[in-house]
Amino acid sequence: MEKRVVFRSAWLPYVLLAPQLVITAMFFFWPAIQAVYYSFLLQDAFGMTSQFVWFQNYAELFRDSHYLSSFKTTAFFATLVATSGIFISLLLATMADSVIKGALVYKTFLIWPYAVAPAIAGVLWAFIFAPSIGIVTYYLKVLGFDWNWIIDPEQAMALVVIASVWKQISYNFLFFLAGLQSIPKSLIEAAAIDGAGPFRRFWTIVFPLLSPTTFFLLVINIIYSFFDTFGVIDATTQGGPGDATKVLVYKVYYDGVKAADLGSSSAQSVILMIVVVTLTVVQFRYVERKVQY
Amino acid sequence: MAEIVLQGVTKSFGKTEVIHKTDVTIDDGEFVVMVGPSGCGKSTLLRMIAGLETTTEGEVRIAGKRMNEVEPKDRNIAMVFQNYALYPHMSVYDNMAYGLKIRKFSKDDIEKRVQRAAGILELGPYLQRKPRELSGGQRQRVAMGRAIVREPAAFLFDEPLSNLDAKLRVQMRLEIQKLHRELKTTSVYVTHDQVEAMTLANRMIVINAGVVEQIGAPLQVYDDPASLFVAGFIGSPSMNFMPGRRAGDGVEVGEGVVVPLPPGIRDKAGEQVTVGVRPEHFVAASGSGPVFKLHVDTVEALGADSLLHAGFNGTLLVVRIEGHATPQAGTALDVSIMPGKAYFFDTATGKRLKA
Repeated sequence: MEKRVVFRSAWLPYVLLAPQLVITAMFFFWPAIQAVYYSFLLQDAFGMTSQFVWFQNYAELFRDSHYLSSFKTTAFFATLVATSGIFISLLLATMADSVIKGALVYKTFLIWPYAVAPAIAGVLWAFIFAPSIGIVTYYLKVLGFDWNWIIDPEQAMALVVIASVWKQISYNFLFFLAGLQSIPKSLIEAAAIDGAGPFRRFWTIVFPLLSPTTFFLLVINIIYSFFDTFGVIDATTQGGPGDATKVLVYKVYYDGVKAADLGSSSAQSVILMIVVVTLTVVQFRYVERKVQY
Repeated sequence: MAEIVLQGVTKSFGKTEVIHKTDVTIDDGEFVVMVGPSGCGKSTLLRMIAGLETTTEGEVRIAGKRMNEVEPKDRNIAMVFQNYALYPHMSVYDNMAYGLKIRKFSKDDIEKRVQRAAGILELGPYLQRKPRELSGGQRQRVAMGRAIVREPAAFLFDEPLSNLDAKLRVQMRLEIQKLHRELKTTSVYVTHDQVEAMTLANRMIVINAGVVEQIGAPLQVYDDPASLFVAGFIGSPSMNFMPGRRAGDGVEVGEGVVVPLPPGIRDKAGEQVTVGVRPEHFVAASGSGPVFKLHVDTVEALGADSLLHAGFNGTLLVVRIEGHATPQAGTALDVSIMPGKAYFFDTATGKRLKA
């Protein structure tokens, strides 16, 4: 039976919910509504007058090669962040799950990066990989590898991917570890007696049983790389060099704040909103259904 | 088919020894039940045979070969777990076929073996279902099916019936018996339930606190327990124990009752002796032997027989009598022990005193 708390008072539950509702309305719904409104407007360069232009902002966006290439950059970035983030954290979780001595220490250290703010993480990695003073840059130079993400687009992409993945690994790790620990030990033992070696046990038993977790994390990681990586990018490459790391969310900020094109920037955020809503719907649909045990 | 030998086997976790030096030989085709209270080490012993736990000292041999360093998969055994351990994402068919696929059996052979096992276990209609769509008893049968398709040298059962309700447990017990009659595969079965042990075993191994207390056929163990522990653990309701003090050629167990010691064990008995009597070995007091004056406290009428809980010397004794001759609670009852049915134990060591 589902447990329910029943309030006797008619207004108390609303009062208790009010602070959260006010915050949600003020910081999420209000800006979202405004974005939709502004996306239909065209402002003059000084922001003195604006004109209602229906879908003109959207139409221009889809004709704009910069916008379309930003879509591609974002897709590439999100794929890299989600897959490598999931792969690395699954590897770490599997290893942490089998460690017997000092497991708590490993787990604690692996969870720490999650507490670091995105901008700090970005700066941290920017320093480590800094073209002139970075420690990794130094060792790469020793190995004969020329590292300069300020001018090399691929290296810039690598840097923001590394910083973003590093920050998200903790989150993935926690979910994978919990998933691994919920698999009964006797299943693994049964498979071992059935003749499966460690590798085979993982791919035929453990991984399929983790598939709901993996799918959930895939969606979460895509959403993360679409939206929450703004801090990382702003603190390091700022979208550059050229447009090499200008993902959609950074372009929203750049076009709106730096280039002062509020209409286009608003239209872009509305499109991003549609993307995240779709992803969320997909996630709830499938995650609910795919749970196996 | 194989013989399983444990020779001087011990198991330690860190500094704690949980299994003390154990020597057991399980004959080819035999059904052996390891029984003992929870935490006595019986599952650990089974897992050592399976290779899921390492053996600290001694040697585990299956079919004459040393197994200590051999991986579970190469020991040619199959195991049935308490929680069934079915692969939840695979159909019943795939669960049973998993081990065969890994061992690279041909498709036809797999099909044949799975169908045969499904036939024996009456799982035919469920082959395409997922484990979560099955009842507890069906899941248990799938787990057994997974074991028998491989035709291993031995079956290891780790409390396979503990998760089932009482009625199903009785039914599955009979099925396991039948299965063993048909397949004649060496089987080691772990349980804490002495009824399961009594009904299933060719021989049983009674384990207490990591020590093998007694090995023998069920009735032999029942009739001739080696220690206080075995006498108390095997049999339901348990044997009555009356701690007493040596008094001449007998044992004084309280209220002036002296149970005479048989001639053969008079020399062996020390000062402190515990007298054990099974509930069914009390009879209405007659001329011979000591008389226990009991006060009937409660009566459990079970139909065929009745259990009387009766006060004697400050404790309650259980007396089993014929069902319809039931005395009322609160009345007095005089009983004596059937001739030759009293057991004597050294109170300090718990060992049986035998002629």
